[in-house]
Amino acid sequence: MLNQFLLLGAALFCIGVYGVLARRNAVMVLMSIELILNAVNINLITFGAYHGDIVGAVFALFVIAVAAAEVGVGLAIVLIIYRNRHSVDFDDVDAMRG
Amino acid sequence: MIAQNIFFYLLAALIVGSALAVVTTRNVVRSALYLVVVFAGVVGQYLLLAAEFVAVTQILVYIGAIMVLMLFGIMLTRARIGRDVQLTHDHWWIGLVTAVALVVVMGYALIDKFGDDALPRDTRIETVAGSNSATVSDALFSQFLIPFEVVSVLLLAALVGAIVLARKDRA
Amino acid sequence: MLEYAWIIPLLPAASFFLILLFGKRLPFKGSELGIAAVGAAFVLAVVVNTQWFDHVNEAEHAGSEEAAASVEGSEGSEAAAEDEHFTVEPITEEVTWFQNDGLDIEVGMLLDGPAVMMLFVVTLVSLLVHVYSTDYVAGDRRYTHFFAFLSLFTASMLGLVMAKSTLQLIVCWELVGVCSFVLIGHWWEEKANSDAALKAFIVNRVGDVGLLCGVVTLYFASGATASERTFDILEINTRALAGDISHTALLVAACALVAAVMSKSGQFILHVWLPDAMAGPTPVSALIHAATMVVAGIFMVGRLYGVFYQGLSIGISTVNLLAVVGGVTVLGGAGLAFVQNDIKKVLAYSTVSQLGYMVMALGIGAWTAAFFHLFTHAFFKACLFLGSGSVSHAVHSFDMRKDMGGLRKWMPHTFWTFMIATAALIGIFPLAGFWSKDEILAGASQLGGNGNYVAFMVVGITGAMMTAAYMTRCVYLTFFGEFRGHGHPHESGPRIVVPLWILAGLAVVAGLANIPRLALWPDSFELRFEHFYEPKGAYFPSVLPSFAAPEFSPGIALASTLIGLFGIGLAYMWFWRGAGPQHVTERSRVAHAGYTFLVNKYYFDHLYVDVIAGGVKGPVARASNWINQNVIDGVVNGAGRLSLVAGRFVYDRIDQGVVDSVVDGSGFAAEGGGQLLRRLTSGKVQQYGALLFGATAIFAGVLIFVV
Repeated sequence: MLNQFLLLGAALFCIGVYGVLARRNAVMVLMSIELILNAVNINLITFGAYHGDIVGAVFALFVIAVAAAEVGVGLAIVLIIYRNRHSVDFDDVDAMRG
Repeated sequence: MIAQNIFFYLLAALIVGSALAVVTTRNVVRSALYLVVVFAGVVGQYLLLAAEFVAVTQILVYIGAIMVLMLFGIMLTRARIGRDVQLTHDHWWIGLVTAVALVVVMGYALIDKFGDDALPRDTRIETVAGSNSATVSDALFSQFLIPFEVVSVLLLAALVGAIVLARKDRA
Repeated sequence: MLEYAWIIPLLPAASFFLILLFGKRLPFKGSELGIAAVGAAFVLAVVVNTQWFDHVNEAEHAGSEEAAASVEGSEGSEAAAEDEHFTVEPITEEVTWFQNDGLDIEVGMLLDGPAVMMLFVVTLVSLLVHVYSTDYVAGDRRYTHFFAFLSLFTASMLGLVMAKSTLQLIVCWELVGVCSFVLIGHWWEEKANSDAALKAFIVNRVGDVGLLCGVVTLYFASGATASERTFDILEINTRALAGDISHTALLVAACALVAAVMSKSGQFILHVWLPDAMAGPTPVSALIHAATMVVAGIFMVGRLYGVFYQGLSIGISTVNLLAVVGGVTVLGGAGLAFVQNDIKKVLAYSTVSQLGYMVMALGIGAWTAAFFHLFTHAFFKACLFLGSGSVSHAVHSFDMRKDMGGLRKWMPHTFWTFMIATAALIGIFPLAGFWSKDEILAGASQLGGNGNYVAFMVVGITGAMMTAAYMTRCVYLTFFGEFRGHGHPHESGPRIVVPLWILAGLAVVAGLANIPRLALWPDSFELRFEHFYEPKGAYFPSVLPSFAAPEFSPGIALASTLIGLFGIGLAYMWFWRGAGPQHVTERSRVAHAGYTFLVNKYYFDHLYVDVIAGGVKGPVARASNWINQNVIDGVVNGAGRLSLVAGRFVYDRIDQGVVDSVVDGSGFAAEGGGQLLRRLTSGKVQQYGALLFGATAIFAGVLIFVV
């Protein structure tokens, strides 16, 4: 059963990667990041159960907390971008263009 | 065991399908709602792995707080509700290729290494006083006290940062 | 001191360098350095001579003891003492200069009779000339330079007389030639002087070819392998006399060396430079062209006498190359002296003639006679030249016909010393020239093969008569008659007159050095010159039975004296009394032709300059010009055109086409690559993310699948 969980985590992770790379809307990118984080969590919990240790769960809790913080700040940034450019399309955010 | 497997596969199908919907749908709000479904599925997986506390925390934080925040964000950025805005890049195939490469690599590694292992029959974690929450809190406040405090400071920083970032400019 | 005699040439050499470096700053402008060095050298030479006499006497006693021990009784010791067959070892020192694969080149000192004698003569005459020059060239534009080169000349001549090997001889020979060139051309601003200096040097060069050929021939003939061959003079002589060197080689070498003697000692046919060398200052003429340098050729023959004696078969023939050359020179030089108006040219031709006597003497086998004549000639000829310099100082000219005459009234010292030296030259008893010339004539009649060298005795006597006549002419034109010049001539200062008297005194007594065996005086006074200075050893032909010293012949002595007086009488009649065919050259065509022939110096100059040099110059120069213009320039121009074409090709095709396109291409590549890579920095975060994840996947794949 172990690798089924792990494979699930991997699949979710890659779907999240696709979402980060392919989506134009900033909020959608943030949502894809959440997918990635969830995949990580599944991984952590699975290994915690495999080893019979609570550390996996504790670590997963930390990840959830950090994800929350990250979403908060991320959305604040998106709001500022929207305020300045009146668009949350990532194609327009290329002021660092070389 | 069989029941566990069946539920696992059901939940896994739900999760993967909703995740795919999240990244492909053309409606932002629908994408957010599909994400909620993903989270719910993940909660089921946690329960299957006997991590009750984390599962409940997931519901509370992820679905309850983060998703609401996302929806607020969508609202505030006036994302068009409807289907006329293109939400995927023109060169989405780069992402597809990358993701497929990643999944192949990771899948191979995982099967190669962990293919023969199995979760123990009894997925019960050693608990304190027979309660998962108690076990978690025990570890959290003794072994992981310092990370706990750090995370609280992190949350504080994030809070303050978000407020500072998002408030209106003094004209 | 004998072992250290090599210091003697070093003193004037050191003074040469010091005068060049510091002379101008010294109070007497360098002349004091020169005089000090030569004076010190003279003192040392006298010391060396004294010690050499002791050396010879010791050798004699050792020799006579040996002879007495080997022969019983008192007869043996008398015979041994009479024969003088003892060996005097020469003093030698040497150091190795360089070595080359078995060939050792050494430099060293060879001190024997002739060397010691020449040391004395050269240093004495050089010292007197130095003192004389402080008055004669006072105020000259190159006073210091003059003294520097006088010192260098003295050093070179001293080095020549003490040379141990033929290579050293050559080096010093060339050095004296260079000094002669510099000193003849002392006033080179006038073209005639620089021409004369060049003529001297170039004619000497012609003879030097002979010297080089002779030395090289002797080297290769002296042994079969490189370790046996030698440049050492003693060795070469010893081997020649012992018969170890082939006769042909000796003959060839002797003939080549005769060419060197011809040029350096002013023999016919290379004598042409010596009269022209009178363009130099008179002290130079006295020192170099009368007393010392011109005798270098004689000295060289005397040094290598074993080679000449065997090569030219001097002891057993009646005529040989050396004697012929000498004889011709005696008469030729004397003939030319009759038609000169320049007093120095008279003395120059007289020198040529007297050198002819010395060469003739060497040619007939009278070695001691030749060197004795060299000894006496140095003194009276130097006196004559310095006297002519004193005269020219007074009348500021050398032309006898135009500017002189009757000078005995105003210049008594010069007059009397000139007369004494003239008498010595003519050979009046008992002055020096009588003894030395007489010995040569006696040798001509006694030495040699079947008929002896009688022909040369006739030549010598004729030459004596001519010498008497032209010297009387010279004396008359200078000191007697009416004064034809302008100004008020007066006697010269003490620095000129004192050397004149010293030399005149030597001209009187020098003959006593070799007075012959007569019962009038004790044996120990006789033949001192021969006793002390003639080499006695295996390297000198006296070991051969055909060698002999001439005996005094009263008949010949009387005959030569009478002939000399006859010559004086002829000249006296012509000049004082005006008798004889006066102005005959204007009346008779034959006489005029003869006179023109003499005035043009037998047309030798014409032969050398116009015929030989001109004949080579013309066609050879034209041919080489043609080759240069057409062949060589053609090649060079062709090379230039070729490189032009090649350059154009390289520029157009290779540089512009290939190289530039490579360079341009690399530029384009860089630009294109840059444009391509520029797209990486698009500013789009998701693109960066794509790169990130893609790279991660690749690396992970590599890690998992490959590693």
